[in-house]
Amino acid sequence: MKYTVRALLGATALCSAAALAHAETLTIATVNNGDMIRMQGLTDDFTAKTGHTVEWVTLEENVLRQRVTTDISTNGGAFDIMTIGMYETPIWGANGWLVPLDDLSEEYNVGDILPAMAGGLSYDGTLYAAPFYGESSMIMYRTDLMEKAGLEMPTAPTWSFIREAAAAMTDRDADINGICLRGKAGWGEGGAFITAMGNSFGAQWFDMDWNATFDGEAWANTLNFFKGMMDESGPAGYATNGFNENLSLFQQGKCGMWIDATVAASFVTNPNDSTVADSVGFALAPDNGLGKRSNWLWAWALAIPAGSQKTDAAKQFIEWATSTSYIELVAANEGWANVPPGARVSLYENPNYKDVPFAQMTLDSILSADPLNATVNEAPYVGVQFAAIPEFAGIATDVSQEFSAAYAGQQTVEEALAKAQALTNDAMEAAGYR
Amino acid sequence: MARTVTTRQKALNTTLAWAIGLLIFFPILWTILTSFKTEGQAISDPPIFLFFDWTLENYAIVQERSDYLRFLTNSVIIAVGSTLLGIVVAVPAAWSMAFVPSKRTKDILMWMLSTKMLPAVGVLYPIYLLFIKLGLLDNRWGLVVVLMLINLPIIVWMLYTYFKEIPGEILEAARMDGATLREEILYILTPMAVPGIASTILLNVILAWNEAFWTLNLTAAKAAPLTAFIASYSSPEGLFYAKLSAASTMAIAPILIMGWFSQKQLVRGLTFGAVK
Repeated sequence: MKYTVRALLGATALCSAAALAHAETLTIATVNNGDMIRMQGLTDDFTAKTGHTVEWVTLEENVLRQRVTTDISTNGGAFDIMTIGMYETPIWGANGWLVPLDDLSEEYNVGDILPAMAGGLSYDGTLYAAPFYGESSMIMYRTDLMEKAGLEMPTAPTWSFIREAAAAMTDRDADINGICLRGKAGWGEGGAFITAMGNSFGAQWFDMDWNATFDGEAWANTLNFFKGMMDESGPAGYATNGFNENLSLFQQGKCGMWIDATVAASFVTNPNDSTVADSVGFALAPDNGLGKRSNWLWAWALAIPAGSQKTDAAKQFIEWATSTSYIELVAANEGWANVPPGARVSLYENPNYKDVPFAQMTLDSILSADPLNATVNEAPYVGVQFAAIPEFAGIATDVSQEFSAAYAGQQTVEEALAKAQALTNDAMEAAGYR
Repeated sequence: MARTVTTRQKALNTTLAWAIGLLIFFPILWTILTSFKTEGQAISDPPIFLFFDWTLENYAIVQERSDYLRFLTNSVIIAVGSTLLGIVVAVPAAWSMAFVPSKRTKDILMWMLSTKMLPAVGVLYPIYLLFIKLGLLDNRWGLVVVLMLINLPIIVWMLYTYFKEIPGEILEAARMDGATLREEILYILTPMAVPGIASTILLNVILAWNEAFWTLNLTAAKAAPLTAFIASYSSPEGLFYAKLSAASTMAIAPILIMGWFSQKQLVRGLTFGAVK
């Protein structure tokens, strides 16, 4: 008996030692937003299950992008997991910079990932990043102001209705702007919005020969409509407003409508932060009768750089963080309204989540965005609010600066479009596309 | 003949100086005030100045989410280490330029200064690759060397200016008394230049403390200083202004306190030799 106990104790000690020997410390680079911070707070659950510990490097989105791009392009190996988006994933996957996620466990159920998300995070049919949360864009509007204006928001409105409603809801004396939209320079700020809006007006970045198309009628219509509507019904200084500025205005009751990321729905309906939480309605982003809506598609996803030496542990983390059991963990701790949305089909079949007021509209918005066919006419690139080529971020930042200058009245729309046309063609020529 | 300054002029000058001082300090004051607001109060329009429910909630959240002491320790090691290493390298360089100048000394000084005009991002990739090869990524000592090299032109220039104020005859006398070069620099020159060296150290500690480009790009989890601590609270998607202000206040507090206590030396150092 004594020997049996000793043998058992020895075996236990050996098992513990073996487990400790395989315990890794993962370095994860991520963005600073509510869902990611929540994940950091729940990491103990992962450590308890696997023995691996985690060191977080949390950075502002643009700083993170620069930081991880430097590291992955030099095979630096500073990070074991990186938080990247739909723009980077196919480009980096094609370059062989990411570890393919083609051997995730059966229990993880890759088939449960929303097809739009899986498609945007794959290259050549192989998944390179697992979506932590996904988003599209939609209209968030004040139901009380809409009613006061004597209008009713359709589920799928047109741009002409939105302009009419914005004018009707505007009350300058009461400091209420009919509509708040992003005008801020930056490819991920105003650049993303105007590109998605341009899709619904028949505009696109490049024709099939990679020539810029800013000299066409579609872009002129897009920019003139945007500027005209915002000058009539938008907030002062909208040319410098991004997500945060508009969120702040909406939460303080100063916007009739706001078209932006679906994740904002949980912020504007949270009574702790929003003064209008009980009077917010949702609708699909507008179209212009051309068959394409002006909503985008984005996911923050977790990927493993090829330079990581801890790919097995990193895959375990990705399976944990993007699983259905993680969603249940968040729901148990913080409620269903705070679970990471837009990544898994099963979330939208869950009866608990169906009670969340913006859940269905978020799903409908995500499903209505198609990164493979985002434009009215055929385009040579993939992506809704971006073109998934390495040069796009730089070009789009420059172009959006020209557009913002036009919104601010520093130049005309025609001048902005002419400059955008020239600088885009120059950059594409230098990059060897033309 | 001494110029007469009337009481009215004095009062006017004092008021003007205070107004300019407050204007310069206002962004820091606003950051500190915002750190005691809720996120809702932080974005309220019109802005709330003093009359709000003061809360320490943001500091509690920042403390819970981040290991402030680790970031602080890294900042201290990187800022102080790079400055001291810079002084060790710069004192002999400035001595030779001040007391044994050659035809090209002025050109060398200008060339050193011109390296400060190079955009840092232009050499990011070479330095990053070098750090990978040397195993210095996310390493405090790697950053100590890089920041020393970045601030070296300023350190040399400042020391050169101070050394030029010291009469060369004193050093000559020491040499005639049999002092070696090392003794001349260590026991004669350095003690006489202590105020100048002190203000050089202070200014360069501040510069290294605030350096964000290299400290963000060459670190990850282990060597990240307070600049990375602040960057982790900034976000284009979500309201984090109050928390960001709390993190910023915690990051600037040590350097602000150091600057407050050493302001006399700093001002003296920066204006040394300005009026001859």
